[in-house]
Amino acid sequence: MNKKSRHIVSVLVYNKAGVLRKVAHLFARRGYNISSITVGKSEIPDLVRMIIVVEGEDNAIDQIEKQVYKVIEVYKVSPISSNVEDRVEREMALIKVKFEDNKQEIYQLVEIFRGKIVDVGQEGIIVEITGATSKIEAFVDLISKSGKIIEIARTGIAAMDRWDVSQGK
Amino acid sequence: MKKIKGSKMLFEALLKENVDTIFGIPGGAIINVYDELCDYENKIKFYLFRHEQGATHAADGYARATGKPGVVLVTSGPGATNTVTAIATAYMDSIPLVVITGQVPTSMIGTDAFQESDVTGITMPITKHNHLVTNIEEFPQVLKEAFHIATTGRPGPVVIDLPKDIQIAEGTFNYPEEVNLPSYKPNVKGHPRQIKTTMELLKKSKKPLVLVGGGVNLSGTMSLVNRFLDKFGIPAVATLMGRGVKPSNPKLYLPGGIGMHGTYYGNYAVSNSDLLIALGVRFSDRIIGNPKYFAPNAKIVHVDIDPAEIGKNVRVDVPIVGDLRNVLEKFLEYDFEVDFSNWVEELQKIKESHPLTYPKSDKYIKPQYLIEKASEYFPEDTIVVSDVGQNQMWVAQFYKFHNPRSFFCSGGLGTMGYALPAGIGAKIGQPHREVIVFAGDGGFQMNIQELMTINRYKIPLKIVVLDNNSLGMVRQWQQLFFKCRYSATILDDNPEFSKIAEVVGIKALKIQRPDEVEKAMRELAEYEGPMLVHALVDPRENVLPMVPPGGKISEPYLTAPYDENLEKVVKRGGSNE
Repeated sequence: MNKKSRHIVSVLVYNKAGVLRKVAHLFARRGYNISSITVGKSEIPDLVRMIIVVEGEDNAIDQIEKQVYKVIEVYKVSPISSNVEDRVEREMALIKVKFEDNKQEIYQLVEIFRGKIVDVGQEGIIVEITGATSKIEAFVDLISKSGKIIEIARTGIAAMDRWDVSQGK
Repeated sequence: MKKIKGSKMLFEALLKENVDTIFGIPGGAIINVYDELCDYENKIKFYLFRHEQGATHAADGYARATGKPGVVLVTSGPGATNTVTAIATAYMDSIPLVVITGQVPTSMIGTDAFQESDVTGITMPITKHNHLVTNIEEFPQVLKEAFHIATTGRPGPVVIDLPKDIQIAEGTFNYPEEVNLPSYKPNVKGHPRQIKTTMELLKKSKKPLVLVGGGVNLSGTMSLVNRFLDKFGIPAVATLMGRGVKPSNPKLYLPGGIGMHGTYYGNYAVSNSDLLIALGVRFSDRIIGNPKYFAPNAKIVHVDIDPAEIGKNVRVDVPIVGDLRNVLEKFLEYDFEVDFSNWVEELQKIKESHPLTYPKSDKYIKPQYLIEKASEYFPEDTIVVSDVGQNQMWVAQFYKFHNPRSFFCSGGLGTMGYALPAGIGAKIGQPHREVIVFAGDGGFQMNIQELMTINRYKIPLKIVVLDNNSLGMVRQWQQLFFKCRYSATILDDNPEFSKIAEVVGIKALKIQRPDEVEKAMRELAEYEGPMLVHALVDPRENVLPMVPPGGKISEPYLTAPYDENLEKVVKRGGSNE
């Protein structure tokens, strides 16, 4: 078996109908499951940036990137550093939590994780939390012990190489 | 500027692109375009086929024969889905097509309207590019881009899905002179340092070998390849798609191919070379066998226009992304003395000790024998179109190709039913060259309806049906790997193909004895109109050598016993009596 790991790829594309489908298909075709995808305006007018996070065998990722680059609407494909320290990675989550016995513990956790309470209701709150995927997952894990999670909405990952790393490339 | 309808824009764009031939079948969602065709019939010749797959294969054969893109015009829904197999065929073999499919009006897309299908979705993985036109003003640019994308870089099919309301809508026809696609700029120039590295490796090499692929035929660089071989005295082999190599020193080319059904000496050359210069190949699994044992002693130089091919299937030591013309011209600028005559002689000895051969018979027509005779009687510049399966491999082994763009078949996708319609398209594209189609009995029946097209346009195509009353390649695998259990491969109820041809208005001949072969091939080569030879061939015959799937190409089966039982199993009953 080849080694499987997590890859983050940044793809700059012209925002035309069907381009997301074309890019996603090339990952799916080689058995890569997309665990997160974000799309939004980039620093260049007309171009949008897709940040794609996939799990899959290391040996095929280069070839998939070349295939993605062949999609006519794709302007640039750049893998983001596989080293956690060499990249900045953020994701935002909205979490709807229902109070149970311990309301205070929930507020404490939100503060420790530097979350924001963006809505308060009779029965619970909505928390906004930003960070790397691991931080959000740790928060979800802990808060589910103090309250009841009703709903989670996550933005998916935005990532880029750190200043020094991208200069070296 | 005067406004014109979308349907008219299409034909004006075709004229701008120098398109004078199109293939297709009309239908409800493309009827406005076909109406417009009436006004362009003196400038653009339209060929009506009997099935959209046939029309699209014909466009593919036309493109291979002329180097120009094949243009197809079909309707929505089933018209479009019928082209899918032929588009996938063209995609795998990098053939430029522009396929225009009618679509239901934009207001009805997504409502499961009559004859609606998601054509851009269906064709996404089998096209170089596709586009659903949603605005009449963008249509001229979409057309310009389609032809540009189909024909530049690594060629391939492009689909334009054209809703009915866009065909009727009016807009300004402002056809762009140039294409500006910042996200599509094929890299033409090979990296100078990699080119230099290759030539330094060549200087040090004792046993270099050039592997010629389909990219050489597509880029029209065979004469440069021949010069390269002659200049440095390097021997060469070709893949299925790379036929037509002919250096002035005949010892420098080992004909008959490599890989699963390659020659022993071709595979020996690859397996023993110390430097493999691969030109425009994609290292198909049928060529490399088990990648671990492919060219184990060689440094591999891979020249290709498509960076995604580099390192996909085999390890590559020197990658050169670029156009073959540019790279070969750079190779030819180098001047140094090398002597590979020992290696060339070594290969000649292997070729003599392990020739490509087959058992002779005076009872049965051997398909290999028939192909050799056809090769003798047809002119050197004949275009040969084979179907898929045993017939394809025998043609690849035993037909002698003298020119580039002379042998067409579905190499990548392996589409049975390709040969007859593609042969029609090739003959339309090259009316002054002979075109001969070889098909097995199985594949011939997969697009047999296009015999009517031959008669409709009186296309002087030459056809040989090699009838072994079986889906022969699968039958061969069943014999060798599945204990002779012939599951669903025996076609003992084949019709009399020669009679079918005659009914359609095509001259036909049926032969079943070896002594009839020469006369039939001579007549086929000399006859002025369309003609079919139905040859009943030895049903026991296998394609050899054969490397079992995933095996080492240096260790092929050279012989396999006949299954004598087949004579009884393949009852030539029914209408064949």
